[in-house]
Amino acid sequence: MKFWLSAALALVLAVLAAFTIKNEYFFFAAYVVLQFVILATAWNILGGYAGYVNFGTGAFFGIGAYTGVLLIKWLALPLGLQILAAALVGGALGFAIGLLTLRLRGIFFSIATVAVAIILQTVILNWRYLGGATGVQILRPEVTPPFENYIKMLFCVAALLAVIAVAVARYIESSWVGRGLRAIRDSEEAAECTGVPTLRLKLLACVVSGALMSAAGAPLAMYQSFVEPESAFSLNYSVSALAMPIIGGTGHWLGPVLGALLLGTVQQLVTVTISSELNVLVVGVLLVLFVVAAPEGIVGLFRRFFLRR
Amino acid sequence: MDFALDLLPEAVLFGLLLGCFYAAVSVGLSVSFGLLDVPHIAHPAFMVLGSYCTWLLGVRFGLDPIVAGIVLMPAFFLFGMAVYRFYYETFEKRGADVGVRGLAFFFGVAFIVEVGLILVFGVDQRMVEAPYIGKSLEFGEMRIPMRMIVAFVTALVLTGLLALYLSRTFTGRAIKAVAQDEGALRLMGVNPVRIKQWAFGLATAVTAAAGAMLIVVGPVEPSLDRVYIGRTFCVVVLAGLGSMSGTLVAGLILGISESIVLTFFGASWAPAVAFGLLLVVLGVRPQGLFGR
Amino acid sequence: MSPLLKVERLSKHFGGFTALDGVSIEVKQGERFGLIGPNGSGKTTLINCVSGSLRNEAGSILFDGDEISRLPAYRRTRRGIARSFQIPRPFKSMSVLENLVVPLQFVGHLKNAEAHRQALELLQRIGLADKAQTPSSRLSQVELRKLELARAMASRPRLLISDEAMAGLSGSEVDEVLEILFALNKDGITIIMIEHIMQAVMRFSQRIVCLDAGKIICEGTPKEIVQNGDVQKAYLGA
Repeated sequence: MKFWLSAALALVLAVLAAFTIKNEYFFFAAYVVLQFVILATAWNILGGYAGYVNFGTGAFFGIGAYTGVLLIKWLALPLGLQILAAALVGGALGFAIGLLTLRLRGIFFSIATVAVAIILQTVILNWRYLGGATGVQILRPEVTPPFENYIKMLFCVAALLAVIAVAVARYIESSWVGRGLRAIRDSEEAAECTGVPTLRLKLLACVVSGALMSAAGAPLAMYQSFVEPESAFSLNYSVSALAMPIIGGTGHWLGPVLGALLLGTVQQLVTVTISSELNVLVVGVLLVLFVVAAPEGIVGLFRRFFLRR
Repeated sequence: MDFALDLLPEAVLFGLLLGCFYAAVSVGLSVSFGLLDVPHIAHPAFMVLGSYCTWLLGVRFGLDPIVAGIVLMPAFFLFGMAVYRFYYETFEKRGADVGVRGLAFFFGVAFIVEVGLILVFGVDQRMVEAPYIGKSLEFGEMRIPMRMIVAFVTALVLTGLLALYLSRTFTGRAIKAVAQDEGALRLMGVNPVRIKQWAFGLATAVTAAAGAMLIVVGPVEPSLDRVYIGRTFCVVVLAGLGSMSGTLVAGLILGISESIVLTFFGASWAPAVAFGLLLVVLGVRPQGLFGR
Repeated sequence: MSPLLKVERLSKHFGGFTALDGVSIEVKQGERFGLIGPNGSGKTTLINCVSGSLRNEAGSILFDGDEISRLPAYRRTRRGIARSFQIPRPFKSMSVLENLVVPLQFVGHLKNAEAHRQALELLQRIGLADKAQTPSSRLSQVELRKLELARAMASRPRLLISDEAMAGLSGSEVDEVLEILFALNKDGITIIMIEHIMQAVMRFSQRIVCLDAGKIICEGTPKEIVQNGDVQKAYLGA
């Protein structure tokens, strides 16, 4: 009950912010941070709960973005439907990758995600209707009622998607699905022998994770008004989506949220003040640092030092 | 697409040379991942690092790239040993949650290497100069770039030496043994951790030489490691984990496939070949051609 | 009455190595069945094929009359086959209690509260109730072995396969585990025991099969097995 109240409160705050804050830059930056909340939470469903590491978040994000672009160019569909379609595509992609590799060891799943990322990027690069290497320009709608402009609307959409993602993750975590995934992560062979349908649960996690990641990518066309393969499938998404849950803590849904809020904000600050390459290096270094020294993440550290468990 | 069949023999020959090069590039991973079971996603990144070091040695000291590669090997050997030691102490020893953490660790390391290279050298491509780069040999109707032949010969020598080492020397055989039965090795009085450390160092040294060959074969840029993740893992998986002879065969298969795609479908599809082939192998015969 | 488990001409290869070569065994309902053989003879491979961790290449596995060799392991567990692992594999991130909740939920399809209640009951039976909330990563060897058995019991099996549950335990600890197995058998559970501790196997089993290099070399009562020359040769070398 506490969760739903907080979630509702967060959404109300978001809408209020949209109608009161004048500084537009806030919304551009906040949108990116919220985007990472969704990506990190989605990643964690498969990576943190089940132990299957996705290196290709960029692929899912990118395909979500390009689904959005495709639907705008072809059918001029509204954003809501774009997001839904992107989720379907992402879910299907997750299912396909899962079916192909989840019967093998974890590392092969991870490599397959890299493979899919590069193959998808190559396909898009050669697809002229979607702009190929040069990318495609999208005309944003003039008015976005009841919001003042498109960025405030996107900000609220992102907030809603983030709440949905976290709610889904939280439900999975506390349900029998989550218990099954944890059993799989701890010892897949023992899990299978204690009645856990390991392949099915892993596929489920793949589909949900993929769908959320692609949904996060759909509004990109509107956000940037310009989509091109290099940035849509950027490695930065893959690294960040992996680093944020590890830094925040992979065992609890709060971990990816904290990681994304923290790291996302740091990224925004560094990009603006120093350089974008350095920002990306910071993420990599923090990732390695936490993996080595604080594998249970911020949530785990908090538990250890303040709850004395 | 016209299948101008007269282009085929040249494509195949080029593919053979390329394939041998891919085998040499992957043989280090065959040891570190195939034999030692380390999730070494950063293997291609180390190779690219080797390429840039080769470039530096060429620019600062005028060293021929192949020579530079050989010079780099001892340094990379020590580097590899240190990396394995760190990996072992931090992850393998503790046991818990190795999978995710180990993978994330190497992913992070690869990423740091790539971004580090961008920060130091920039995103532009780097090339080396050597007497054999830029010239081609003619075999009747076909023209084969000389640099490919140099890379081919070096690759063959390197792979051959490594295979010999693994099968003829005591340490080499211990490395193969540690993959199969650590316990037995311990009973013989050999410390498996030191063997693995040595093996990883060796694999990294070979990878440095592979990096030198890489920059001979073509210009390098920091993001090259991503494409080579596909190529190296494709070769290692197709070969069958731990099989040295399989690595050569798998490399040739990949090289020829890529060369044919390159000739008939264009350069932008070539990197996807390795990944596609990898996915097919994983789906159809995950133990590879000569898997143990 | 037809046997509970019927394995016919089972074969399994690993590359060029033949782990099982046409093995056939029958286990009757309620029987205490012992499986012995030197290291590498194929005992664990046989168990892995029966439980579903491995797929056999040839032969059939009939459980209660149904062919199960094409079923994934979790389905076989739901049909009533449970096994413990030679090297214990607890769910390390979970408490001792939660380790048992997993099979109770996934095999028994119990609701959370009921699953927790029955898990506690099982822990009391096996003597681990005071460790219910302890993280399973902190258990001693013998406690881990008991947890392995308890987790197998939690799936309410009809056939329980105990894979070297007593390896490395002291004399009194072996007796503890043996008592639990005897009690389970009294409740009607068919038990296959793989062990190297001969006195335990001889005390426990009604019938024993001895494997060597993937083949059955002897089958009979404990008395017959002990006197069999082939068995002695297999263990001591010719």
